[in-house]
Amino acid sequence: MISLRRVSTTFPGSRGRPPVTAVDDVSLDVARGRIQGIIGFSGAGKSTLLRNINLLERPSAGTVEVGDVRLTDLEAEELRRARHQIGMIFQGFHLVNNLTVAQNVELALKFAGVRDRRVRRRRASEVLEVVDLAAKSTEYPARLSGGQKQRVAIARALAPDPQVLLCDEPTSALDPFTTASVLQYLADANREFGITVVLVTHEMEVIKALSDDVAVMEDGRVVERFAASDLTSGSFEPTTSIGRYLVGDGIRVERGAASDVDVETLLRRTDEPSADGTLAEVRG
Amino acid sequence: MERILELRGELLVAMLQTLAMVGVAIPLAVLIGTPIGIWLFNHAPGGIAPLPKRHAVVSALVNTVRSFPFLILLIAIIPFTRLLVGTTVGTAAAIVPLTVNAIPYFARLVEQNLTQLGTGAVEASRAMGATRGQIIRNVLLVDAKPAIIGSITITTVSFISYSAMVGLVGGGGIGDFAIRYGYYRYETPVMLVAIVLMLLLVTLVQWGGTRVSRLTDKRI
Repeated sequence: MISLRRVSTTFPGSRGRPPVTAVDDVSLDVARGRIQGIIGFSGAGKSTLLRNINLLERPSAGTVEVGDVRLTDLEAEELRRARHQIGMIFQGFHLVNNLTVAQNVELALKFAGVRDRRVRRRRASEVLEVVDLAAKSTEYPARLSGGQKQRVAIARALAPDPQVLLCDEPTSALDPFTTASVLQYLADANREFGITVVLVTHEMEVIKALSDDVAVMEDGRVVERFAASDLTSGSFEPTTSIGRYLVGDGIRVERGAASDVDVETLLRRTDEPSADGTLAEVRG
Repeated sequence: MERILELRGELLVAMLQTLAMVGVAIPLAVLIGTPIGIWLFNHAPGGIAPLPKRHAVVSALVNTVRSFPFLILLIAIIPFTRLLVGTTVGTAAAIVPLTVNAIPYFARLVEQNLTQLGTGAVEASRAMGATRGQIIRNVLLVDAKPAIIGSITITTVSFISYSAMVGLVGGGGIGDFAIRYGYYRYETPVMLVAIVLMLLLVTLVQWGGTRVSRLTDKRI
């Protein structure tokens, strides 16, 4: 469904600083109907890679295909049309504040070229039903909680019936319970509509809960990939700290000691014995 | 008091002149200044569709008009005023420099209103495959509406005050009335009455503007 071939994205350096390569020679395939997780620390390039898929950020090199269309070959107008097939949600929700919930969803349909207002209305109430927000359709976003806003954003992304849904840190601004509910709606959308999902996050729990396949990014490169099923079957031998965290079971914090503990130590598998027994465990 | 009653006809005319000047200049400034403001926002370096060189030219033009002291602008564009309204004195003639000054003033305010919106909803719209026109009409102007109404209020109040200076070209108006009677003829009570009238006008405009702006703002 999605195919990235040797994609690189370099940003020109500002004020005499050297250029920054945010995505460095990444190839990635996502099969139809799968949920691909992309995880990495801040600045690893995962959001840029996600934005490369719908060309919100045009890669400096490489090709991007979604469905049967090579997006990197398209003219601006063709690309605009192709984007109607690719929904996207964001950490900050990005709703239009002065439009109601229903109007926000209808706007996506307007952009997708649905001219008939009645059709837009009907479809909007349909997708708001899917995210259980039909009762809020005449409210303005300011009156909603974070989780509700994200659900509106999901409805808005689903409205034009896309083949792909890109999720850029969709739960990073939400508390754990709200996160769980938003992830459930994403899982439902994936199952009911067969939508291919690409999910970028730095939250390990989110990756574990939702992904079929996982790619770990560091310094603009995909440094590790595995299937979620590998995590449970025990066949996965992690090589990165994130990988080790995912097969382990929580954050560990060293207490009462100097603070120069590196990330590697903090994310060490919990089955490894700690050096001096001073490690306390915080289960996520 | 008698003096004021004596002058009430003139006072009324002056008030109407002010209303006419501001009532024509501001709508024109909004009509012409808004697209210029949108253009400046759109084509700024780092904007939706950057055109850095052309943006620099238009921006410099806007700054040029804005940096003219109003009195000098008033005189400087007299030939243009004559060309447009056929005369260089009177209320109609005063509307021209007021409008010319208000357009870039308002354009900058609109540009500022749009810049302060943040890029989130615009980015989401791009991802949804919106055209640039759709983004401007359905997202930017919708979210900026309360701020733009605020800018119209600010511009109106500023130009009620500016309109006092057009007495120089016989534009009349309540501000000019205050200057003529109060300043030139030392009739302080008459001046005070005129100033109170201006104060009432400004208060009314500000109150109305704030109210409409708040009614259209759904962020709270």
